[in-house]
Amino acid sequence: MIDVVILVNGVPRRVTGDISLAAALWRLDQVTFRQDTSGAPRAPLCAMGVCYECRVTVDGVTGLRACLVQVREGLAVEVPHD
Amino acid sequence: MTTPDVLVVGGGVVGLATARELHLAGCTVAVVEAEFAGAGSTGAAMGHVVVMDDTPAQVAFCRDSRARWIAWFEGGGMPSAAEHDPCGTLWLAATDREWAAAGHKVRTLQQAGIRAELLDAAALAEAEPALKRGLVGAMRVPDDLVCYPPAIARALAEELIGLGVRWIDRRVVGLEPGAARLNDGTRLGAGSIVLAAGAQTTALAPGLPLVPRRGHLVITDRTPVRVHHQLIELGYLDSAHSMGGASIAFNVQPRRTGQLLVGSSRELVGFDPAINHELVGRMLSRAVDFVPGLTQVPASRTWVGFRPATPDALPLIGPWPALPGTWIATGHEGLGITMAPTTAALIRAGITGSRPPIDPTPYLPDRIMPAQDHAA
Amino acid sequence: MTESRRLDLVVVGGGPAGLAAAEAAARHGKQVLLIDQAPRLGGQIWRHRDGDPLPRVARDLMRAARPPRVSLALGASVVDAPTPDRLVVDFGGRVATVETTAVVLATGAMERFLPFPGWTLPGVVGVGALQALIKSGTPLAGARVVIAGTGPLIWPVAEAVVRAGGILELIAEQAGRSAVVGFGAALLTRPGLLGRAIGYRRATWRAPFRTGSWPLRAEGGGRLETVIMGGGGARESRIDADWLATAAGLIPRTDLGRLLGCRIEGDALAVDAAQATSVPGVWAAGECTGVSGDEGARIEGTIAGLAAIGITEWPAPLTRRRTRTRAFGVRLARTFAPRAELRDRVEDSTMVCRCEDVRAGALDPAWEFRQAKLWTRIGMGACQARVCGSACSFLYGWDANTVRPPLEQPQLGGWARAIMASPPRDGPPDSLVPPES
Repeated sequence: MIDVVILVNGVPRRVTGDISLAAALWRLDQVTFRQDTSGAPRAPLCAMGVCYECRVTVDGVTGLRACLVQVREGLAVEVPHD
Repeated sequence: MTTPDVLVVGGGVVGLATARELHLAGCTVAVVEAEFAGAGSTGAAMGHVVVMDDTPAQVAFCRDSRARWIAWFEGGGMPSAAEHDPCGTLWLAATDREWAAAGHKVRTLQQAGIRAELLDAAALAEAEPALKRGLVGAMRVPDDLVCYPPAIARALAEELIGLGVRWIDRRVVGLEPGAARLNDGTRLGAGSIVLAAGAQTTALAPGLPLVPRRGHLVITDRTPVRVHHQLIELGYLDSAHSMGGASIAFNVQPRRTGQLLVGSSRELVGFDPAINHELVGRMLSRAVDFVPGLTQVPASRTWVGFRPATPDALPLIGPWPALPGTWIATGHEGLGITMAPTTAALIRAGITGSRPPIDPTPYLPDRIMPAQDHAA
Repeated sequence: MTESRRLDLVVVGGGPAGLAAAEAAARHGKQVLLIDQAPRLGGQIWRHRDGDPLPRVARDLMRAARPPRVSLALGASVVDAPTPDRLVVDFGGRVATVETTAVVLATGAMERFLPFPGWTLPGVVGVGALQALIKSGTPLAGARVVIAGTGPLIWPVAEAVVRAGGILELIAEQAGRSAVVGFGAALLTRPGLLGRAIGYRRATWRAPFRTGSWPLRAEGGGRLETVIMGGGGARESRIDADWLATAAGLIPRTDLGRLLGCRIEGDALAVDAAQATSVPGVWAAGECTGVSGDEGARIEGTIAGLAAIGITEWPAPLTRRRTRTRAFGVRLARTFAPRAELRDRVEDSTMVCRCEDVRAGALDPAWEFRQAKLWTRIGMGACQARVCGSACSFLYGWDANTVRPPLEQPQLGGWARAIMASPPRDGPPDSLVPPES
């Protein structure tokens, strides 16, 4: 499988091309997907679209579940800084 | 079991504010609530405390009541869960006719001693960058506020119980002179009975000119799309408003949580809880027209509520002649939260014989009203 | 935005049940659309990447349920349904109405999550979640993993962890040893399953295995660092770990069925012998009708797919096999029911509603769920109580099954346009309304 380059908070990162965005973020050691109301980090709990803990902003659209998104060339994801 | 001076039927914000007012006036009070505090219209309400100016009686009522809300919040008597947000209201003018109406409304409110100002197109764009361009302007009413009614109902209920008010976890199934019959078969005597059961009050007071008027609300996920006031279109002034068919208007509210609450709709369909998808679709599309950025915001949840509506759009507050000793406190339609504190004060004045905060006559339940058009 | 073409059947869910339903209907020449949230077919059990090994039956079904025989909408969700024959579908951002004569719900099961201190830390996941993360490309090489929970699902995940290069620090089963042994004995009557079970244990033999043990809490800074295990009066033990995969059983995923108005029995969609729900035009199959494994799901899917296109006769062996797999599911649920002590882990500061950040101390078990919702915001968040609902059911006995449209948080504009196109029920709006509080 060929690699793709995605943008994580604007920084180009190379990941293998057939994985979910949730897997890609873990692979890049980005374990904070969103923050709760107190600023505490949250990350996937169910990994199958149920829990909404992996909500990130993709290409400017907020609230998308990283576990349901496949990476693709040029995808831009915004996540809190770990 | 001692007989309370007053039995309040209904644990929504109107009933609870009334119970509190009567308790503070020295009455012994009991509250009967079939579910829990805020379970009815309060739990479905938008939480907008707003001055409306359709009639002088409405302005007088809203002015007095809003001042009581402001004092309540500024006095520190509310928990943070009440989500008090003194964001004010912006009434949006999309046409020259609406702009002229805004000017007229500003004068009406200012004459009543209420702060209001006009924003031209440029000032509006600066105040609310998320709004579409091309609007003519807006009226800003800075002292209106937003809150979260279920948390207020809870806080009031807990305060009342702490003060020794009796909380009766039952449903009232019938009334007789000086007493209420409960669903557990018991009979509860009271010096006075206040019916504050929202749109359901007609079940206990047949003949009350009141119908449930259903409304839909949609809340979004937390979103970076922000508005800074409660936003309402003046467009409804242009349409022939009737008690009849279904209607919508643009109404978006910023929540302290970072969510947006989107309304509004009105229908006369009885107590049918089913979602009217077509109407919700129109309501939301209108909101997207005004706030284009809404289109990409995740929509979380839709719910319906039932407003207690009257033919002349004024509440029903005062003694109910059909059953001596019974008082009515309902009929606020979409202004139940706004009008709750003054409703409470009017009932207190009536029951204790003290001075009312405003002239009570426009709101008496047995006033002459226009013929009802409730067929739809 | 309404799609002009009316379909014979829409199948929601691309796991074993949905694939079997779609295949059965397509075999009879029907126009079938299969919808799944994931980017690939297979559901949770057959989740895969290119080149991953799959059971033969999975490969066959996925080959059969493909265009042109079956239309596929992957990465798509049903978000609303004004009526059962008009589904509003979010096709990855584009929302449109799909008209269909019949619907088969094959929405599967989801993991039950039980709150305990620290369960919101990154790295604390469900066992199914860990398996899904591995299958969708999360690296595990060298990672320290604790698997703790209940039921047979922990074993294939343990095996997957080992295969992915993870270090299994512990496998803990909360059920007591006698229950586990009894269940093992029952497996003797199911040679296929017994074989699988033995294979899993062989693959994970290096990992310590405890029964009657469960995580008391998880600790860490920005992510999981330590799992504190205990239970049954045993002394607490601390295990450093990168992942804690918990298993508290599976629960039927019923939100779309509820939205459509289908009757619920226990926690599952109620169906008759032909897999018909209480709503005309809506059938259901697989784990959304009760958790009983992939074999049962396939059988039910075939029956539902046939029934939904009007074929109400199927081979008797199908019915017999369905009865057997359902009985197995009941036994599974009984043996591995979460034990009451798991409630004692919850402290006042323990998060219960992860969407709205409502902690246990804010909740009063004497309330009902709707009261808690309105008073504390619990269950009001993005997941619509799918996670905290079953937790509250376990902790407080609340019935938290409230579903309000839309499902799955579609973008507001597209959803609005799609439902606006629905035929009006009471005529179009004739006026605008004034504001209110």
